[in-house]
Amino acid sequence: MEDVNYVKFIIGCIFVNNILLAQYLGNCPFLGTSKKMETATGMSMAVTFVLVLAGFITYMVQYLVLAPLELEYLQTLAFILVIAALVQFVEMFLKKSIPALYAGLGIFLPLITTNCAVLGVCILNINEGYGLGTTLVSSFAYPAGFGVALVLFAGVRERILLGRVPKPFQDTSIGLATAGLLALAFLGFKGMA
Amino acid sequence: MAKTLTQEFTKGLWNEIPPFRLVLGLCPTLAVTKSFYNALGMGLALTFVLVGSNVLVSMLRKIIPAEVRIACFIILVATFVILVELFTQAYTYGLYQQLGIFIPLIVVNCIPLGRAEAFAYKQGVGRSFLDGLGMGIGYTLSLSVLGAFREIFGAGTFLGGTPNVIKVFGPEFQPFQFMVEAPGAFVCLGLMLCVMNMLGKK
Repeated sequence: MEDVNYVKFIIGCIFVNNILLAQYLGNCPFLGTSKKMETATGMSMAVTFVLVLAGFITYMVQYLVLAPLELEYLQTLAFILVIAALVQFVEMFLKKSIPALYAGLGIFLPLITTNCAVLGVCILNINEGYGLGTTLVSSFAYPAGFGVALVLFAGVRERILLGRVPKPFQDTSIGLATAGLLALAFLGFKGMA
Repeated sequence: MAKTLTQEFTKGLWNEIPPFRLVLGLCPTLAVTKSFYNALGMGLALTFVLVGSNVLVSMLRKIIPAEVRIACFIILVATFVILVELFTQAYTYGLYQQLGIFIPLIVVNCIPLGRAEAFAYKQGVGRSFLDGLGMGIGYTLSLSVLGAFREIFGAGTFLGGTPNVIKVFGPEFQPFQFMVEAPGAFVCLGLMLCVMNMLGKK
């Protein structure tokens, strides 16, 4: 087990290197699901759930399958297939055994396959050479940061709906400008690293 | 669907230009547009993947069963992404390092998948090729404009990363750090979208 200060690492993942606002990953759902608070929380929970599983499995795939066979260049293909299959499996499993959770997360699950935050964090874990423990922690902390940013942003966006926005700025345009201001706030955390 | 072949090509350049008209593929748009050179590289990489996957999906559209089509599209797209990854690594290593994680992430950059699902799966090879080419060039254009804008104001240079860097504002220029950081990316893209909306009004 490598020597990592986990508290510092987790804070780093959530705030300093926030996946949405500092690493630019997962921005499509960031703009797509942030119009309502419920969809925002649902999406962030679904991403966390899938990413913890995906982080673990892709770690196994990388070090037990790809590396021994020297097939590292197939990483992209292997990971996306693992994630797609995993999402499908999770969806079926939840539908059968935990219908309450499925009702909450169900509609977001198919979207997660094409959410670059999931594949991005899996590849990051490998590129940074994290061990299994750190991989699991980062697979949980990054989506937590995703959730924090998404929920904050959804709160702001719900207020924007009440205001009068100039016509050309409406919808995505004002959303992006708002996200910029939020990113500016998160930039303040850079000093902590 | 009475579009002419020219229209299939040109719709990607203005009417449905990604990532503005179709708000897809935002992550690389924000991440790699720190400089013009990176943005152009990313755009070209995406164009290659998009043309390749569109043509292949269109050729195989009679064979791919509808139930598992998404999985098939992902495999086809991923194949082209790996080609791009190996190619940039071999010939333009600097660019490969700059773009980093965003090259493998073209797989999940909804544009190739979106076009495969919405267009190539239903259309002939020729049309799909033109659609992919038009969308790809449109994406490259958007990215390059955004990249040039952010680089000129953020770093005061143009064509940084290439041998002939141009200092736009002379040596005394204080770089406008905001533009090359994350907030600048979001705000610039938002403003560009706003300008596009204004121009798009009839």
